[in-house]
Amino acid sequence: MAATRKFLDKVEPHFTEGGKLQKYYGLYEMVDTFLYTPSDVTQGATHVRDGNDLKRTMTYVVLATFLCVMMAWYNTGYQANLALESMGKASTDGWRDLIMNSLGYNSSNPMSCMVHGMLYFFPIYMVTLAVGGIWEVVFATVRKHEINEGFLVTSMLFTLIMPPDIPLWQVALGISFGVVIGKEVFGGTGKNFLNPALTGRAFLFFAYPASLSGDAVWVAVDGFTAATPLSLAVTGGVEAITAANITWMQSFFGFIPGSIGETSTLACMVGIAFLLYTRIASYRIIVGVFSGMVLTSLLLNVIGSETNPMFALPWYWHLTLGGFAFGMAYMATDPVSASMTNTGRWFYGGLIGVMVVLIRVVNPAFSEGMMLAILFSNMFAPIIDYFVIQANISRRIKRHV
Amino acid sequence: MKAETKKVLVDPLVDNNPITLQVLGICSALAVTSQMKTSIIMALALTVVVACSSAAISMVRNHIPSSIRIIVQMTIIASLVIVVDQILKAFVYDVSKQLSVFVGLIITNCIVMGRAEAYAMKNPPWDSFVDGIGNGLGYSLILLIVAFFRELLGAGKLFGIEILKLTKDGGWYEPNGLMLLPPSAFFIIGLIIWAFRSWKPAQVESPDYKISAIAHGEGGHH
Repeated sequence: MAATRKFLDKVEPHFTEGGKLQKYYGLYEMVDTFLYTPSDVTQGATHVRDGNDLKRTMTYVVLATFLCVMMAWYNTGYQANLALESMGKASTDGWRDLIMNSLGYNSSNPMSCMVHGMLYFFPIYMVTLAVGGIWEVVFATVRKHEINEGFLVTSMLFTLIMPPDIPLWQVALGISFGVVIGKEVFGGTGKNFLNPALTGRAFLFFAYPASLSGDAVWVAVDGFTAATPLSLAVTGGVEAITAANITWMQSFFGFIPGSIGETSTLACMVGIAFLLYTRIASYRIIVGVFSGMVLTSLLLNVIGSETNPMFALPWYWHLTLGGFAFGMAYMATDPVSASMTNTGRWFYGGLIGVMVVLIRVVNPAFSEGMMLAILFSNMFAPIIDYFVIQANISRRIKRHV
Repeated sequence: MKAETKKVLVDPLVDNNPITLQVLGICSALAVTSQMKTSIIMALALTVVVACSSAAISMVRNHIPSSIRIIVQMTIIASLVIVVDQILKAFVYDVSKQLSVFVGLIITNCIVMGRAEAYAMKNPPWDSFVDGIGNGLGYSLILLIVAFFRELLGAGKLFGIEILKLTKDGGWYEPNGLMLLPPSAFFIIGLIIWAFRSWKPAQVESPDYKISAIAHGEGGHH
């Protein structure tokens, strides 16, 4: 380790002011601070000093997705193997067959499931990292700011909310849109008012609806269609889900078709626990989202509907289906795009919870509502903060006059 | 051509573009730009209206009582819009169907009112006419750029002629559905504004606040 430190110190003068490679300081800084604790410390009249800097915060969020990634590998492979078994196929056509051939496509063999899932996860992840990373470096170099670990979070979350079957060029387009329009045009990490990963997904969702909705994309096997439990619920309520032999426990653990890494509510809950323990996520937002969802779905249960079976869907199904748990854990709690005031966080979280159920139930066009609900609430986060602060100011004025 | 005339004609194209700098006339720029054909007709219609109304208002500018000037301006603009609308219905009926209310809404287009108030009320008819043409062209330029990308990327066509062969017809291009939805015009106009401001930094507003930076290398390593 001492040798790397020495090497980095030796090349540093080239990158600092006056050096030949000054333009690329961002790159040097990225490598340096990725390996070592950053050397810049606050010196002005700052009152709070904390070892938990932005870099470590972002790394923690990536760590928090660990179980989701594991489930992503396992479940993607598991669903694909199940599909192949039901189609009676023992081999596939693509390049993945070269590796999978020796393992076999067996849904009860965890190894086969894991490896098969990885073969779908990593191409998407690699493309996300490479394309998004290029944009990050370009903007960091031109704008002369540092390359931020926020991108590691964005790329991991973006990968986990892609369907396994998505074409890689669409992944590249989506992450480009997310990073450039969702973040960099507003000045980079910390100034984006939308969650970049969700912005990228929303772009793909509207641009290429065939790749992100419908029944053909949620299991990584060509020509195999399987509706997600959420779209089953849209057509026939809970009866339709149970008729497809999917139990609540199964959807809680995440063994259902869906986006790569968002199926498992359990994994997301472990992520929430970790984020709360490290104090990165605000419990106010999480409780807000959860109670907003529960109250709205209970209300709709009471109202009821003759024609729309989604009205009768109980809250514990809303919790495990679709991207609700994943969005609540990793997207809603994004400290940059959420509300900043504590009171505001309750309202912000509640708004997400209410909106997600409304979009899922009342709007027939979209069966999944979490992405749109979070983006919608992102837009309102600054104005929620504004009202909270104004209310506080007027309350204190009254107190002191 | 006089220097002043040239300036009022060329300035609104990039340096003082009604859409990208003044951010006026956005609604119709979002609504009609999914095809080149409708955009060209819309651009023509607006250019004619803004040029003729500016000239007409300028002619009577010394006789309009200032307290009712907006009403007089609106009457002139509305009459011209009705004429344009009728001509479109007579000669290009299908396009006028697609443009639907947006031709009528030229009456409320901020560019037309803006030029009448800001320029035609203070300048002679010929200059006002040229100013109207210039602003109409500035609007047209942005409309056509937006429509070019939206129709090409969204439908693989330009003026209805196939340029990129779509996958559903056996080609290679997968159309981008977002481009056919009005929000895409927001992104494209935003990107055009970005491009214009990188090209002409004078258009960039001064920031509302500045974030103070810490110097690099302070505090030492390890």
